[in-house]
Amino acid sequence: MPTVSMTVNGKLVKADVDPRTLLVQFFRENLRLTGTHVGCDTSQCGACVVHVNGKAVKSCTALALGFDGAEITTIEGLANGTQLHPMQEAFREHHGLQCGFCTPGMIMTAVDIVNRKGNNLEEHTIREELEGNICRCTGYHNIVKAIGAGAKNMGKAGGATQAAE
Amino acid sequence: MYAFTYNRASGLRQATNLLGSLDDPKLLAGGQTLLPTMKQRLASPANIVDLNMIEGIADIELKGRSVVIGAMARHAEVANSPIVQQNIPALAYLAGLIGDPAVRHRGTIGGSVANNDPNADYPAACLGLGATIITTKRKIAADEFFKGLFETALEGDEIITKISFPVAKKAGYYKFRNQASRFALVGVFVAKRPSEIRVAVTGAGGSGVFRVTSFEEALKKRFSPKSLDGLTVPANGLAGDIHGSAEYRAHLIGVCAKRALEAADK
Ligand SMILES: Cc1cc2nc3c(=O)[nH]c(=O)nc-3n(C[C@H](O)[C@H](O)[C@H](O)COP(=O)(O)OP(=O)(O)OC[C@H]3O[C@@H](n4cnc5c(N)ncnc54)[C@H](O)[C@@H]3O)c2cc1C
Ligand code: FES
Ligand code: FES
Repeated sequence: MPTVSMTVNGKLVKADVDPRTLLVQFFRENLRLTGTHVGCDTSQCGACVVHVNGKAVKSCTALALGFDGAEITTIEGLANGTQLHPMQEAFREHHGLQCGFCTPGMIMTAVDIVNRKGNNLEEHTIREELEGNICRCTGYHNIVKAIGAGAKNMGKAGGATQAAE
Repeated sequence: MYAFTYNRASGLRQATNLLGSLDDPKLLAGGQTLLPTMKQRLASPANIVDLNMIEGIADIELKGRSVVIGAMARHAEVANSPIVQQNIPALAYLAGLIGDPAVRHRGTIGGSVANNDPNADYPAACLGLGATIITTKRKIAADEFFKGLFETALEGDEIITKISFPVAKKAGYYKFRNQASRFALVGVFVAKRPSEIRVAVTGAGGSGVFRVTSFEEALKKRFSPKSLDGLTVPANGLAGDIHGSAEYRAHLIGVCAKRALEAADK
């Protein structure tokens, strides 16, 4: 089987994989990083979003072998030890989750939005940017609130974005 | 997904050789269409030839009076490129409407154009701006390139390398989204070029993207929404499905064309 190596949450990992292995499967089954979820497996829901070289990507629509040499951050790589990332903290604070299934993808997408659009996000911008993320139970109001607050706090935390990548 | 062999191409020549020598090969660009199709087992290539590690085929440049975009340029790169934004803002705007942010980080212009989905956005821009598709073998005018539903002029071992978009005097795009897939139910791209006017429609054609010559004629007098007052497109030959009848799409073409013209004037 062909070999792939990449840096996941700061750690260099290497494995032999079946070419069919999706990036998300590689995290969940090879690395046992099960924070990244599979909601739809058809590129619609965003539960599988991770950052590849600093950009949000749906890891269910990617072959692991295609990411040789990539730098990847999954939801497990956001917190600093036991201290939650400001975006995670904002989801907790603003009740941005209920069952939590969509949350890893929501949070990774949210951090990506802040990376691209800055710390002062209008509600409308957040809603537009959540185009590719589906939540089946919380409803979007609190998620949108959490992202707005988390974005501001990332600014205050100063460099939290960089630290996460 | 059926089993396949994964091949990583390091250059265009090697990719071409792999396409010529391997059994049942398929190019992989952003994978945002191909991988879902393989999961559904609608495609089952024996060999994947990955273009992602090839350097220098994602550049965006202004060459003379054309914006030239490398095949592997991601939708987000086209949307955010200052060169595209300054010279053909309608094209940058169109790229920013494709899918969602994560899809735009992976999906490429070459993949979208090669795929020629009847509801995709880029084909409308290519036809509307009179673009040229540049491949490893030749240059193909957009008018000759899009052949039908998911059909193009590409040969089996031919790779799109660049797409060259002539800068228009004015251009605009309006997309009426399918509420479920967010692809275009109807999308209209209008452009005023020094030599001609083009109106290209995606989403509605029974055999893919097409031009509306009656609208183009009417706009010659004045490139303005008013010039289209009273004009309609016949529903005959248009696509009709659960998302919208052919008559509904015919109506939307008129509406979208006017809105694209308004956008072009801004
Ligand atoms: C959730 C979602 C929403 C989407 N919404 C939209 C939308 O609103 N509008 C829209 O237009 N599209 C949309 N798309 C499709 C998206 O734009 C794809 O990125 C695009 O259709 C294919 O590009 P790709 O780079 O991902 O190609 P791939 O999936 O890698 O390849 C597609 C096909 O093109 C061939 N190919 C790739 N590159 C080349 C090349 N250089 N030369 C020759 N052949 C090549 C491949 O062999 C394959 O057959 C959406 C996709 C998803 C998953
Ligand atoms: S699991 Fe990847 S988008 Fe739903
Ligand atoms: S919190 Fe349950 S799906 Fe979003």
